Amino acid sequence: MSTRRIFAQPARYAAIAPYLWMVLFFLVPFGFVLKISLSQTAIAQPPYVPVFDFSEGWIAIKAAFAQLSFDNFRLLISDSLYISSYLRSVVVAVTSTLILLLIGYPIAYGMARLPQRWQPIAMMLVIVPFWTSFLIRIYAWINILQHDGLLNKILLALHLVSSPVVWLSTDSAMYLGIVYSYLPFMILPLYATLSKMDPSLLEAASDLGSSPLQAFWLVTFPLSLPGVGAGALLCFIPIIGEFVIPDLLAGSGSMMIGQTLWLEFFTNKDWPVAAAAAVALLVLLVPPLLLYDRLQRRTLEGAK
Amino acid sequence: MARRIGRISPFNITALALGLAFLYLPIVILVIYSFNASRLVTVWGGWSLRWYHEFFNDRAMLDAAWMSLRVAAVSATIATLLGTLAAVGLVRGERFRGRTLFSGMLYAPLVMPEVISGLSLLLLFVALNAERGFWTVTIAHTTLTMCFVTVVVQSRLASLDRSLEEAAMDLGCDPVQAFVRVTLPLILPAIAAGWMLAFTLSLDDVVIASFTTGPGSATLPIRIYSEVRLGVKPEINAICTMVIALIAVLIVIASLASKLSSSQGETAAPL
Repeated sequence: MSTRRIFAQPARYAAIAPYLWMVLFFLVPFGFVLKISLSQTAIAQPPYVPVFDFSEGWIAIKAAFAQLSFDNFRLLISDSLYISSYLRSVVVAVTSTLILLLIGYPIAYGMARLPQRWQPIAMMLVIVPFWTSFLIRIYAWINILQHDGLLNKILLALHLVSSPVVWLSTDSAMYLGIVYSYLPFMILPLYATLSKMDPSLLEAASDLGSSPLQAFWLVTFPLSLPGVGAGALLCFIPIIGEFVIPDLLAGSGSMMIGQTLWLEFFTNKDWPVAAAAAVALLVLLVPPLLLYDRLQRRTLEGAK
Repeated sequence: MARRIGRISPFNITALALGLAFLYLPIVILVIYSFNASRLVTVWGGWSLRWYHEFFNDRAMLDAAWMSLRVAAVSATIATLLGTLAAVGLVRGERFRGRTLFSGMLYAPLVMPEVISGLSLLLLFVALNAERGFWTVTIAHTTLTMCFVTVVVQSRLASLDRSLEEAAMDLGCDPVQAFVRVTLPLILPAIAAGWMLAFTLSLDDVVIASFTTGPGSATLPIRIYSEVRLGVKPEINAICTMVIALIAVLIVIASLASKLSSSQGETAAPL
């Protein structure tokens, strides 16, 4: 037996504790979400009618299956509140991803063009804000954006506006908050592909007569597409389920799906509908996740 | 030719400078205004520590801060232990039954919206009839952050030279000894980074904590969040500044530790 195989045995034992932990606190809770999403709402504590009662054995389980209710899912697709919040989540995620790409690309490009010894420092500077609490970063913007905040003061002093502009509780404030919070997620994958690019390709393009702009558009940009895809999905996926940023910065008009789920759960105490909304939100996330997985695989294969 | 094309243009510099200013200015402004003497958050009334004083006399806030620090320290420690074990199993365990499910369960929470993680854990705790408070939040944070620890430790472990462990075993160590004496010291910086990441993630979380905590045991982010919904308060600036300072200190310690261990690694390598 090779030493490698001998080593593998205790390594597998090491996995037992985390394995059990994840089954108990990740997989099982998930079963509960599914189960409750299929049960009826009740005015009780906890506020739902249990559908499974394992203590009564197999026959009871079969009877329970007959009682499963898809009412909550039916409600999700018939009530315009849910449909519009799903749509809003998608629209907000797509729009913010595009803005992030427009802002993040030049920054990542600038980083990749820095002298070699400056690049790790620039990368550190981009990562550090990610370590500071994102709640604090959103709060920092509330400070600036409020009615008599710094932004309005500057705009008034420059005579760009004649009276204070309402920034808070608007969609622009929300987009600003999202872009601010997710910028590192966009910059880092872009920088990773841009910094690996062979500069002689640009030389070749310029020798063949293209202007710097042409060279960028015909050579650099197409080669950076894997980074664009990775960055876009890394932002798009979490933004879809975002709760805190739209709750603090956007107006109370239309809600994203995360906010709707929160409202159903905490305010309306309708746990089954909240659970159904969670299941539906997960389904919404499956296509971008699969896409991301495929992209990562292709990048890995390309690297080999 | 290469120099001319590879050179950084004024456009690049501007983009980079504006980007970094965008990332840092709001935080700098927040920190400066935390030392503002005026009650109005926007009027500068001179330097003062008034709002820090206010925080240290605010019983509810102090309790929340203490709760958060405890949750973060305990959950980060359990998460680091479990996450490191998981990474060892994934990288060194070769193939075993249920490996795909295992790695799937460890990756899913990284992309799962927090509202769903929080909701599902709460439903579990309700079904178990567990009393909600310190331990439920700690378990929830451990579950989320151990996945981050696993990723960090896993990548370090995968890049490690396996011949070192094999040499130790050829020299008579059993696998556990080889791991403890050879592998563990080499992955220690990654383990430390994982702990810090877990700590800061726990200290930052509002959503999962809101779902899994019970009445009377709010964490600091939950308190900050409910205050912020009511409007800006100078005291919050002071609290945020202290949290930023704490995290900055941790980052400095971590980067010093990793520098120290990498220089040790260089001197150790020729032996």
